[in-house]
Amino acid sequence: MTMLTLSHLTKRFDGLNALCDVSLSVAAGERVALLGHNGAGKSTLMKIVLGLIAHDEGTVEVLGAAPGSTRARDGVAYLPENVAFHPALSGREQIAHYLRLRGLPASGARALLDRVGLGDAANRRIGTYSKGMRQRVGLAQALIGTPRLMVLDEPTSGLDPVSRRDFYAILDGLAAEGTAILLSSHALTEVEARTDRMVILSGGAMVAEGALGDLRRRADLPVRIAVTPSDIPCSTTTLLMALPGSEQEGEQVVLSCAQDEKLAVLGRIAGLSERIADIDIQPPSLEDIYSHFSRRAGQ
Amino acid sequence: MMRIISMAQTEFRIALRNRWVAVAVAMMVLFSLVLSAAGSAPTGALGADRLSVVVASLTSLAVYLVPLVALLMSFDALAGEVERGTLPLLLTYPLSRTEILLGKLVAHVAVLAIALAAGYGLAALAAWMGDDRALAGLPALWRLFWSSMVLGAVFLGAGYALSALSRRPSGAAGLAIGLWLGLIVLYDLGLLAALVADDGGRFTTDVFPWAMLANPADAFRLFNLAASGATAAAAGLSGAANSIPAWAALTSLALWPLAALALAVAAFRRVTP
Ligand SMILES: Nc1ncnc2c1ncn2[C@@H]1O[C@H](COP(=O)(O)OP(=O)(O)OP(=O)(O)O)[C@@H](O)[C@H]1O
Ligand SMILES: [Mg+2]
Repeated sequence: MTMLTLSHLTKRFDGLNALCDVSLSVAAGERVALLGHNGAGKSTLMKIVLGLIAHDEGTVEVLGAAPGSTRARDGVAYLPENVAFHPALSGREQIAHYLRLRGLPASGARALLDRVGLGDAANRRIGTYSKGMRQRVGLAQALIGTPRLMVLDEPTSGLDPVSRRDFYAILDGLAAEGTAILLSSHALTEVEARTDRMVILSGGAMVAEGALGDLRRRADLPVRIAVTPSDIPCSTTTLLMALPGSEQEGEQVVLSCAQDEKLAVLGRIAGLSERIADIDIQPPSLEDIYSHFSRRAGQ
Repeated sequence: MMRIISMAQTEFRIALRNRWVAVAVAMMVLFSLVLSAAGSAPTGALGADRLSVVVASLTSLAVYLVPLVALLMSFDALAGEVERGTLPLLLTYPLSRTEILLGKLVAHVAVLAIALAAGYGLAALAAWMGDDRALAGLPALWRLFWSSMVLGAVFLGAGYALSALSRRPSGAAGLAIGLWLGLIVLYDLGLLAALVADDGGRFTTDVFPWAMLANPADAFRLFNLAASGATAAAAGLSGAANSIPAWAALTSLALWPLAALALAVAAFRRVTP
């Protein structure tokens, strides 16, 4: 079941195209990561989904209703980037308030704060919290009432490594129960391991979409092969001569080749095995794939 | 309903922690005590009990103080949320903007009620201790109390509207001070000047009563003085307006909070976080 559908979404801020013909859908139980450079339009897209700002063209459907409608707001949780709370309230009071706004008993506040590891600080004022603790209050409010769609804008910013892992574990649990999750992030490695699909925005346009494997295939970036000669400098010269396009890098001989030439090149290298001490194949990194898609026109 | 109550509860707690409750109570108590002390001279054989006299002077005090306290509490209500960045998240919760405003209004009216009860209560106590006939003035005091709350609600609503319009606390504070000066101080001065210049002409008979009713602060003053029959003794504008019946002033006073709140809702609807 589709929880969120965007089609041909366009948003302009006086002349500037913040979003340009973006189409996207998120199904129940799916975890989708929204990637893109600063100013790519991630937060803008999320605010439109929440009904906080209006869009110019295209259609948006949230839980089968209009964004910002009561029905949509009932089932959607949001964590804004740089989430803020009134400093005079304690974490428990703030969460209790949010619980009541969703029609739930305030007594659930303590359990939610425990779930994000804030149990000990529950009765202290938010004004005295650290940045990561404030972020966790934001996470706690997003977990209220098992939402059907979660929209999380850079949810792990400011979190320490252990809390990041805990946070993704919570998300996994929610997704398994059918919650659709759309999150933005600049931390590629955690997104790689913890989401089903990536959407890359660049300058407001969607430049790539799919699981990491798909993107890797589509980007078709060269593979880097590093060979360590068995007998420096004698074997080095032989290898450099035998492998066209190779270069010496320190003690290693390095060459890059397209994905579909990989086997042929490896075969040639295997033929030189008595000259080789070790071989290292480096597939394109996540950063390589990301920057391949995210490069803006003219850059 | 639960959402409005939760909103009000949270706002009240914030007002308490921000010392707004303490400041409002201190202001009202201080001024009431000063007035009681000033009014404690023997009233002689004129007949009015001491509490009724105190109520008349409290009325002229409330005209200045209640709008001021209301504007001080409300100018930050929306602009502050915008500046802190707390508004976007709040707006994604299933409650309407009207409910947000009503919640804040309930909390701020409650703060006002506490401050007024403390101030007026103390003044009443002082009057009663000096004059055991003072119980006769209790209905007038009660009338002053609830009409002060209505006046406060008008300026709370106006403050929310300014807060939504300016979106920055500093800008909202400036607008609030401007509104207070304009409606409470300059408006009456302007009317007085016009009355003097007109010298009993068409303006005095046709325009002036409406001009008094159009200003909630003047309507409040008229209502309290007219209802307690003290108009004749009152100086200045209210004396000149003694032809205006109490029900007309009350109607104006009853309509203003609704208008101010409608204005606030309309202004708040236009805020994009
Ligand atoms: N209220 C606004 N008025 C004008 N322009 C805006 C407004 N909000 C966003 N923009 C512009 O829209 C573009 C997209 O901004 P957005 O905040 O969506 O970026 P982002 O992808 O979330 O970036 P980041 O990774 O830095 O959070 C930017 O060029 C930004 O300047
Ligand atoms: Mg952003």
